Amino acid sequence: MLESLQRLGRKGLAFFQRLGRGHILLWDILAGLSSLLPRPHLVIVQVYSVGVLSLLIILVSGLFVGMVLGLQGYNTLVNFGAEESLGTVVALSLVRELGPVVTALLFAGRAGSALTAEIGLMKATEQLSAMEMMAVDPVKRTLAPRFMAGFISMPLLAAIFSAVGVLGGYFVGVGLLGVDEGAYWSQMQDNVDIYDDIQNGVIKSLVFGFVVSWIAIFEGYDCIPTSEGVSRATTRTVVHSALAILGLDFILTALMFGD
Amino acid sequence: MTRRTIEIWVGVFIAGGIAALFMLAMKVSNLSTYTGNEGFEVTARFEDISGLKVRSPVTMSGVRIGRVTKIDFDDQALQAVVTMRIDRQHKTLPKDSTASIYTAGLLGEKYIGLEAGGEEESLQQGDEIQLTQDSLVLEKLIAQFVSSFIESGGKSKAE
Repeated sequence: MLESLQRLGRKGLAFFQRLGRGHILLWDILAGLSSLLPRPHLVIVQVYSVGVLSLLIILVSGLFVGMVLGLQGYNTLVNFGAEESLGTVVALSLVRELGPVVTALLFAGRAGSALTAEIGLMKATEQLSAMEMMAVDPVKRTLAPRFMAGFISMPLLAAIFSAVGVLGGYFVGVGLLGVDEGAYWSQMQDNVDIYDDIQNGVIKSLVFGFVVSWIAIFEGYDCIPTSEGVSRATTRTVVHSALAILGLDFILTALMFGD
Repeated sequence: MTRRTIEIWVGVFIAGGIAALFMLAMKVSNLSTYTGNEGFEVTARFEDISGLKVRSPVTMSGVRIGRVTKIDFDDQALQAVVTMRIDRQHKTLPKDSTASIYTAGLLGEKYIGLEAGGEEESLQQGDEIQLTQDSLVLEKLIAQFVSSFIESGGKSKAE
């Protein structure tokens, strides 16, 4: 009885300790961002590995999600004789929800896990300690550029996802199912607002990029420096990122579209 | 992977992302239909505007020439006051034009249709359109139809 209580207390304290460490690390990274200004190449290399290498999966899934939306939307709307609104359905669901959320989930799986594994392995092979020995701050030298790259890449990837998805819906709706081309675009333009929809979607993707990069980097930096610890940290990155994305998405949606 | 290829790919990625954002803004959203503060505003009073919304189109002869920008309720006159912004290039609308609220299709969205009058003077910033026709409410229409049907039905039976 007493033992299980002790274990519970230890777990609770460990949880709060990790939470605190995570936020202190975030603060250190944000403070270290200014040191990147004279060395932009550090960020460029990371944008390549985080953003460019995620392009393929984002392009393909965006295209297919858009095509499925076109197909499903058409089949439902045609019952009401409203297949002209297909453009609105596709664009609104992509720009408001699917674009930021699905991109963030894929980003966590593709780039977040890679970040965690890389940093975790650096820690396990004591590269980070070696840097400290050389009086190089690993937070500034390795973590800050990766964080910045994730924060830059995520909104761009989400925008590419949404744009490709709208084109996918166009191919299916207009190309295959015979929705009028003019109606597809004009209904879309009539009902998608630049501030209410596009801007809020971009804000969502910025928030997700921030959170996913933070979780991935923290899990890597905080992992147990063994091969098992790295693998656990990688799993945790994907799971925690997905939960954070979906939870935050609900809160952000309630704030943005709740009125 | 040389430094040069990495930089080129990152450049392509950033450019692609910005192009996608640009496409979302120009082609998908209504940014291209924002005319900014150009154009002039006129108001009209209606007894019933049910279904009309801010940003509903204002048309003449079926062509969109503006949008509804504000909908207010006048507590004194107990009427709805609709403010609409007409695009700048349509300067010659007659002052005695009629504004009516129509429905696009049976269940479509409401819009304001303007019909030209015959007066020489044209609508200016801040003018009020005097002649208006209210929105047709389906329930009222059905009620009218049913009551007239009952009346005529009663007559035919009596004959």
